Amino acid sequence: MAKKERLKVRQQAANERIRNFEEVPFGYDDNEAKLEASRCLQCKNPTCIQGCPVNINIKEFISQIASGDVAGAIKTIKESNSLPAVCGRVCPQETQCEEKCVLLKTGQAINIGALERYAADWEAANMETKAQVITPVLGRDGKQIKVAIAGSGPAGLTVAGELAKLGYKAVIFEALHLPGGVLVYGIPEFRLPKAIVKREVDYLKTLGVEIQTDVLVGKSYTIDDLVQDGFQAVFIGVGAGTPSFMNVPGENFKGVYSSNEFLTRMNLLKAYKFPEYDTPVKLGKKVAVVGAGNVAMDSARVSRRLKGVEEVHIIYRRSEKEMPARHEEIEHAKEEGIILDLLTNPVEIISDENGFVSKIKCVRMELCEPDASGRCGTKAIPGSEFIMEVDNVIPALGTKANELLTTNVKGLKLNKWGYIEANPETGATSIPGIFAGGDISTGSATVIAAMGAGKKAAAAIDIYLKAK
Amino acid sequence: MYKITLKKQLTKDIKLMGVLAPHVVKNAKAGNFVIVIPGETGERVPLTIYDWDSKSGVVYIIFQEVGVSTVKLGMMNEGDSVYSIAGPLGRHFHTEKYGNTVVVGGGVGVPAIFPIARALRSEGNRVTSITGFRSSDLIILEKEMGTVSDKVITATNDGSSGTKGLVTDALKSLHDTGEKIDLVVAVGPVVMMKAVSELTKQLGIKTIVSLNALMLDGTGMCGGCRVTIGGKVKFSCVDGPDFDGHLVNFNELTSRLATFKAEEKISLEHCKIHLAGR
Repeated sequence: MAKKERLKVRQQAANERIRNFEEVPFGYDDNEAKLEASRCLQCKNPTCIQGCPVNINIKEFISQIASGDVAGAIKTIKESNSLPAVCGRVCPQETQCEEKCVLLKTGQAINIGALERYAADWEAANMETKAQVITPVLGRDGKQIKVAIAGSGPAGLTVAGELAKLGYKAVIFEALHLPGGVLVYGIPEFRLPKAIVKREVDYLKTLGVEIQTDVLVGKSYTIDDLVQDGFQAVFIGVGAGTPSFMNVPGENFKGVYSSNEFLTRMNLLKAYKFPEYDTPVKLGKKVAVVGAGNVAMDSARVSRRLKGVEEVHIIYRRSEKEMPARHEEIEHAKEEGIILDLLTNPVEIISDENGFVSKIKCVRMELCEPDASGRCGTKAIPGSEFIMEVDNVIPALGTKANELLTTNVKGLKLNKWGYIEANPETGATSIPGIFAGGDISTGSATVIAAMGAGKKAAAAIDIYLKAK
Repeated sequence: MYKITLKKQLTKDIKLMGVLAPHVVKNAKAGNFVIVIPGETGERVPLTIYDWDSKSGVVYIIFQEVGVSTVKLGMMNEGDSVYSIAGPLGRHFHTEKYGNTVVVGGGVGVPAIFPIARALRSEGNRVTSITGFRSSDLIILEKEMGTVSDKVITATNDGSSGTKGLVTDALKSLHDTGEKIDLVVAVGPVVMMKAVSELTKQLGIKTIVSLNALMLDGTGMCGGCRVTIGGKVKFSCVDGPDFDGHLVNFNELTSRLATFKAEEKISLEHCKIHLAGR
């Protein structure tokens, strides 16, 4: 064992990065990657792999990096994961593979995420992507069997990649003008550069995946249209989609953006480059983000980077311990000067005479006994209302099921929240041949959870098509 | 990229465009809209579908050059391609047998009532069209509205053509002749839809309006297009764009439409400077 301590990833200093949208961590260089990889104990029973929703052979790829065979490492990763450059950056490794690393006991788990990212970035810099030769699976009519995929987020991309590798023709239909779903509209440039998403999507194209943007399944083409057009199976991975609001007075004043709207303006439509890009965003000096999940952190950190913004607050009704965001995101936010207003809850948004947000009225909260979900309940402290001057309010309170597609499919069983009822092991829905996965069946979760669901669904679709 | 197959100048700043987009046309219905991005750095702009041709897969839109995106779109020509067009979006217009119906269009809202009038008529309704313009040089689709209506009333503010006055004046006169009206559909500037709704509320006539809120994705994902209908928040992209005119909070809509007024000016200036530099 060369080095006991987990090797820190170099990153942009906080006072620098709040002035740009460049990626925060630089990633390991060759030497650092080798050093970190060589700390791996190469366990006989590698528990890290059990922690990975797509079961990457982590032990193997780390050993390949340690021995300098990065080309081998990326090949190993891609056997299980079509989007390593994305996962290396946005997976919550601390609750997955790294949580299972035996070195965690010493507080020094291997930095698996950074190594995965390193291998993916090394490949992009050193290897040429060429169209792959895959033997097509043919149907009775002699043509390659086609599968339609609604949504090009992490679930859809994974299904497409897996099916393409098996020889099926995977056609993705994406409602927006760029593929990637939440990877392009939701996750900010400084956490996941859009060029990297494009690279991963281009890789899928080399596998023969076809992507049709600007197409809404359920609207442009119904599922029946797709079946009539010869698609033998359909995967629905359209995401959770519809933003939740606080339901307090004043929420429709100008200057209140849902986190989805704000991030879409900034990430997908590049409002931070306005007027070079046509889509505007209007933030004042003080911005309040409500909520404490990863999307709230993203919204706060993006706001912090916008010219003219001087103060960014996160308003959260529980305490720091209960914040659902990744630890790393909270730390990054704090380093960047974002102010946490904890045990605080908005009760009203107040506007100026022109209908723009000018203040937010909040109440102090206290924690009480855990509720049914196991999280602490909260209650407002009577008489503790106070007013904060803010120019914008960005509710980042999670999402609800988007009904655009689901209510347009006859016989598709939904649960009481409107999400698609899908078998968690196969993605099978109430309609044979229609599979679903990701947020539209589970509610808001992570990129990697959606990818895990996509992988299982692809395997199930393969079995379904072979039995057909 | 989607090829522009037709471009026609209708007035000084209103243009008609045909875009090859079979995915939009396949299931398009009256009342649906599209979201168009002129070029790669552009905005997503919602535009009502004026007409479509199932055979050729061409969708027709009509727009007024008022902001950076419509100006950019207006500069494109037949043979050029728009960067993105998604649709059909929104709930389509719900058609049934109402009886005697009146469709009211103001300015660039007229293209939106054209397919609605056609759909109403195909269900056996009697359709009277009232179209309003500031003056005679701004009149569009007069002949086309005639093909889908039993009667067309054209009104101009200055009286330079048709009847003098606003569409509400024409609607009031029609009502005053004793004609029983079972449904009014109004599409146009917010002030017009508001005025029509206020009038028909007094007259007790069911009224549907089509709202033009600011939008991004058009799929219910961002919530930017939220409007208040009868005290409840709705998303005009997926719950609308058609709503009961008597329940719409028009003042809120007007206010929200002005969110980016300053930015829209900057953007247009930037575009013009850029063009001048070419």
